[in-house]
Amino acid sequence: MHELSIAMSILDRVLEESRARGDARVEAVYLRIGPLSGVDVEALRFAFEVACEESQLSGCRLEITEVPISLECPSCRSEKQAVSIQQLCCSDCGTPSPEIVHGRELELRAVELVE
Amino acid sequence: MNRPRLVEVRENILKQNDLLARSLRTRFHEAGVLVVSFVSSPGSGKTTMLEKILARVGEKVRVAALVGDLATENDAARLMRTAPQTKQITTGTVCHLDAHMVESALEDWELNKVDVLFIENVGNLVCPSSYDLGEDLRFVLLSATEGEDKPLKYPTIFNTADAAIITKMDLAGAAEFDLELAHRNIQSVRPGMRVFEVSAKTGKGIDELSSFIQSQRLVSQSATAV
Repeated sequence: MHELSIAMSILDRVLEESRARGDARVEAVYLRIGPLSGVDVEALRFAFEVACEESQLSGCRLEITEVPISLECPSCRSEKQAVSIQQLCCSDCGTPSPEIVHGRELELRAVELVE
Repeated sequence: MNRPRLVEVRENILKQNDLLARSLRTRFHEAGVLVVSFVSSPGSGKTTMLEKILARVGEKVRVAALVGDLATENDAARLMRTAPQTKQITTGTVCHLDAHMVESALEDWELNKVDVLFIENVGNLVCPSSYDLGEDLRFVLLSATEGEDKPLKYPTIFNTADAAIITKMDLAGAAEFDLELAHRNIQSVRPGMRVFEVSAKTGKGIDELSSFIQSQRLVSQSATAV
């Protein structure tokens, strides 16, 4: 359960953006998270809520885009979706590939502020 | 009232850790230290295996170890018998090591007196996967007594590791461990992953693993030279 420390990092970074704009009110926080980031999305939602309590982020929206795993397929010679996190194979031709293109994301994409 | 405005950030949430890990990696390379870390669930035999590896690799080069646990200095006391330069990192309630903990632990060390630094992470197959420690090589351990499906249950940690080690091979028969299935599961979550089979008790595989670690030292040195 390291989601709380990740939520705290998000909070700190968002507060920085808010302060830089005259303590702008935070309406929403946008994240992009891949299944290979090691972060559980539901645990993070819960941790984020706890982390934001009694801060100026309290009540803000948390918008999470889950990024599917994609691989560089050596047979198709292009980026393809993986079958699943348990099976890193091209979903079109079935060739295994360890070349992960997307799915490791743990990104603070944007912040919605009211100045 | 003003309308909401979207401010793009596009930043890795663990940027601070990643930056610190990168600077640690540069420091290790400059000092000529190969850094090898081990992650696994609790009780998979990390410390016992590490004792054997430290002894074997330590015959040829100068070894040191950092070992992470929530509490107690027991593991460091054990490893100190084979590697006098060992330090325990007690994390309190934190379930993983991060780059900052590694940096603090190394504060009073002279890195140029170390050839291979081993880092034993806190026993946990989930959280350590998110944190780069600046290591060159990360091993994930799976013991024969844990079951063949660990890779399918914890695919992310297998994906952040460079190679896998199946430990407690001496117990494989008693635990009815399906070795072939374990290999298949590892290859499914991480195609092409190198796998070592080891028993700290009988010594099986310790030589092969030690030689592999030694060979990576040469690889990392030539990479720095270029």
